[in-house]
Amino acid sequence: MSDTARNTLYFAIVAALILGTGFVQSWNSALFILNMGLVSAIMALGVNLQWGFAGLFNVGIMGFVALGGLATVLVATPAVPGAWDAGGMRILAGLVLAIMSILSAVMIYRRMSASRLRGVAIFAVLAVGFFAFRAVFDGGVDAVEAINPATSGNIGGLNLPILLAWPVGGLLAAGAAWIIGKTALGLRSDYLAIATLGIAEIIIAVMKNEDWMARGVKNVIGLPRPVPYEIDLQNSASFIEKAEGFGFDVVTASTLWVKLLYAGLFAVVLIILFLMVQAALKSPWGRMMRAIRDNEVSSEAMGKHVTARHLQVFILGSAICGIAGAMITTLDGQLTPTSYQPLRFTFLVWVMVIVGGSGNNLGAVLGGFVIWFFWVQVEPLGHGLLSVLTSGMAEGSALKEHLMGSVAHMRLLTMGLILLLVLRFSPRGLIPEK
Amino acid sequence: MDLLNALVAFANFVFIPAAAYGAQLALGALGVTLIYGILRFSNFAHGDTMAFGSMVTVLVTWWMQSAGIGFGPLPTALLALPFGILGCVALVLFTDKVVYKFYREQKAKPVIFVIVSMGVMFIINGLVRFIIGPDDQRFADGERFIISVREFKDMTGLKEGLAFKTTQGLTLVTAFVVVVLLFWFLNRTRTGKSMRAYSDNEDLALLSGINPERVVLVTWIIVATLATIAGVLYGLDKTFKPFIYFQLLLPIFASAIVGGLGNPVGAIAGGFVIAFSEVTITYAWKKVLVYALPEGLEPSGLVQLMSTDYKFAVSFVILLIVLLFKPTGLFKGQSV
Repeated sequence: MSDTARNTLYFAIVAALILGTGFVQSWNSALFILNMGLVSAIMALGVNLQWGFAGLFNVGIMGFVALGGLATVLVATPAVPGAWDAGGMRILAGLVLAIMSILSAVMIYRRMSASRLRGVAIFAVLAVGFFAFRAVFDGGVDAVEAINPATSGNIGGLNLPILLAWPVGGLLAAGAAWIIGKTALGLRSDYLAIATLGIAEIIIAVMKNEDWMARGVKNVIGLPRPVPYEIDLQNSASFIEKAEGFGFDVVTASTLWVKLLYAGLFAVVLIILFLMVQAALKSPWGRMMRAIRDNEVSSEAMGKHVTARHLQVFILGSAICGIAGAMITTLDGQLTPTSYQPLRFTFLVWVMVIVGGSGNNLGAVLGGFVIWFFWVQVEPLGHGLLSVLTSGMAEGSALKEHLMGSVAHMRLLTMGLILLLVLRFSPRGLIPEK
Repeated sequence: MDLLNALVAFANFVFIPAAAYGAQLALGALGVTLIYGILRFSNFAHGDTMAFGSMVTVLVTWWMQSAGIGFGPLPTALLALPFGILGCVALVLFTDKVVYKFYREQKAKPVIFVIVSMGVMFIINGLVRFIIGPDDQRFADGERFIISVREFKDMTGLKEGLAFKTTQGLTLVTAFVVVVLLFWFLNRTRTGKSMRAYSDNEDLALLSGINPERVVLVTWIIVATLATIAGVLYGLDKTFKPFIYFQLLLPIFASAIVGGLGNPVGAIAGGFVIAFSEVTITYAWKKVLVYALPEGLEPSGLVQLMSTDYKFAVSFVILLIVLLFKPTGLFKGQSV
């Protein structure tokens, strides 16, 4: 079987699975799987850029995705009235102060020769900078958080179209990636893993605790949408007419239509990004990346700046994850920092890339769809399996209750097993790298 | 001004908690650093290995409590600890046999080991949640305090009280004993020496007839023991919750790297560096300062450099600084 035929078969199977969900369960859940599958495919593309092209191990995908989510709030929500006057400027000034003191510490480090004096100077600048930052910043935060804390208490956003938040999310993620890449790249491969693990936890901690930014754990709900609201559709005469023309119930039709619109938007983004990474892979740049991945020493001998290229590709990959993060939050219509779980947003994406085929963009997309499908469906499957296994046990026995209650944790086990089995027996994935 | 009370407040809120936490981190970091030295990869499953060992201990503790077996003033968990260690050893040896051994024979790249350890982490994490559930579990019993606040006040007549929890004392004593035993083992016994030789130079060690599989086996046994002890001590001192152990991974890695990966002395030093930085930076110093400063100079705010929610950020920043300026760590590790 040729490669094309095999790949077509794979994607046909995925399509059949999703359609099957539509026929067996409901079209709403089928479209939900499709939408999140599209986003997952985008995240997998980003990670594949880092791991498949360059061999960089990023365990902080969750952090970059969360930054994308944060971007939607900062870009698309309307500004909270009075927040900027009350303390917004103070917060901004505080942040500027913090950045300036860090920059001046860096300057001192670069300009002065290594001596004890330099150490003292850097420490003094950072200490003074920190207290100045807290003095300015804290007042602003208190003022902003005092404004109507039940419904807002945050600075609000720029009130721009939410689609703009997608690229902005990518930029935020790229910025975080730059900081991490600057420190951890060029060292042992494990260090990048540990540093990314850390930054992800910290980004989530910041999002949970800095209420002035996006309300922290109080969540931001009712984000603006790039597509119409179901209720408006249900009241629009032309939509009712069309829905009835196709023989649909109006309520169902409106939810399906909204999801379809999202699917269209996501598909456009996925196609654009896919074409871009595909072009990158085939370009001299992509060949250079793979050469560096396969043999860093000889690439260095050929005059390639390995660390700089790694930094580049790390930033690009993280930016893609940021875009995907903004898309997820847009789809959910709300930002809930507590929903960012490393197992769900970091490790699941890794399973997608490795199962799909690391180093192959098409593989990453396929992996995104397949793994997402199983992630959603393992729970009912596991439930069914355990029901069969425990059917022999007495009704109401403690063990049976415990097993049935723990079905939710089957997902972790299954995903871990899939990852290990694929790595062991088919390390090149479903669609191997050419 | 009242320096004595300031000192007591400092000991009560900063020194003792940080020392106990540091000992727990040090034990965890020792495990990470040993794996790194011998098997040459960063074990992402370490946090969940700790969770697994602790979980077995918790289950046995519950059984003992229900059977009426106690340990007097000490927590019953200490009696259950050997069972936890056995369970954990069985688990890591099993994963080594079915998972890691294959890649060792293939001489896979370290990053592959890291990914594999991530898969193992997934599975152990799922297993732990499957068996005991994702929630907080209480298993501490016995005497709560060695010295309680009231006793201390009666004893010294000071205004400020000092509490010294049994779990804190236990942590420090256990950690000390374990570390002494470990170093005796590494420096004095034949197996320990062969482990160090293998860690320093694999080829030379093989040449001199050291059996690598035996070294790996012993390493896993030691690591599982350390992980279980660290996990149980942490669980006793704070709380047992599967997700907490995953989150501990970051400070543990930071400790191991700050001290120098692969260097056991460094891991211990790193553990205390991280713990003391975390606690001093997230502690609200007002209480201590009110006693320590002359009247009129008392601070009005809390004098807290960072909120406690950012304690992971502290270990992370220290990690970044070490990576930037001294990637081999304070004590020379193997990593470049």
